[in-house]
Amino acid sequence: MAGLGQNVGVSVKGDSLGVGITVGAFGSAFGAAAIASHFTVAQACALSLLTFSGASQFALIGVLGTGGSALSGIATSSLLGIRNGLYGVRMASILEIKGWKRVLGAQITIDESTGVALGQDSPSQMKQGFWWTGSAVFTFWNIFTLLGALGANALGDPSAWGLDTAIPAIFLGLVWHRLNSRKTWAIAISAFVLALSLTPIAPAGVPIMSTAVLAIILGWRE
Amino acid sequence: MSPQWISVIGTSFFCFSFKYLGQSVPASWLSHPRIQRINTYIPIVLLTGLVTVQSFTEKTKLIIDHRAAGIAVAFTALLLKLPFPIVVISAAVTSALVYRYA
Repeated sequence: MAGLGQNVGVSVKGDSLGVGITVGAFGSAFGAAAIASHFTVAQACALSLLTFSGASQFALIGVLGTGGSALSGIATSSLLGIRNGLYGVRMASILEIKGWKRVLGAQITIDESTGVALGQDSPSQMKQGFWWTGSAVFTFWNIFTLLGALGANALGDPSAWGLDTAIPAIFLGLVWHRLNSRKTWAIAISAFVLALSLTPIAPAGVPIMSTAVLAIILGWRE
Repeated sequence: MSPQWISVIGTSFFCFSFKYLGQSVPASWLSHPRIQRINTYIPIVLLTGLVTVQSFTEKTKLIIDHRAAGIAVAFTALLLKLPFPIVVISAAVTSALVYRYA
């Protein structure tokens, strides 16, 4: 039985590393996009270390890069970060961590670590999946952020390389798998129309942030 | 301090706070169906808002340029269920070609 357990352990670690490398490689897209949005290499790396949540990071540089204020950038990316807190609620009962370890565990509570953990069968595999995936994504995401930022600094005009379109394409890919019903499509289309109609009349950054109101109204009533 | 640094610090503070609070509060606080629904919809609207603004606007103007061409290719690639890296790269290549040669 020990042997069986070890084999299972190896596959959890293998899956975790696979996810870590694949997702981490997108850190290079983030690093490059940050430079294209007028952030520095140090700021890109600080975001990957300290914020460590892909959607929030891309949202922040997206809002500031299109002329939005720091405040609307912080609001948009923080709203996107709320879901990590809800993952944390789900994971806390499985992880049972206290003290400084909770600080580390909290920082690596993201889509991927939660997803891999919840895909396991036993509590010990769940813990292993969480820590291995979270640590692997953290490591590779940060390394690739630095490489992408340094690379983009060398490239020059981001539009000539399609970097300005790679960012919304990443967002489109991220939202795509969440559009799994007529209702979610209707919500996305309403957000599209609202953001377009507010653009000529509201300061940059506000059209994006204000779509959150749609989520609250539609989620409240059901 | 530059707006970029302020935004980096502010975002990092809130994102970590949410992560830490989630690990620390009783599960019953956040298990209300209403909270769960809003949480499902928030990423949908914000990500759609970001796609919209970054593809079809410039400051306070609505415009169609090389980015719209790229995002149309990304949309098609997603409809065809192509892998994520192909979606992003095909959009970037289309956009770069239109920007350089159109």
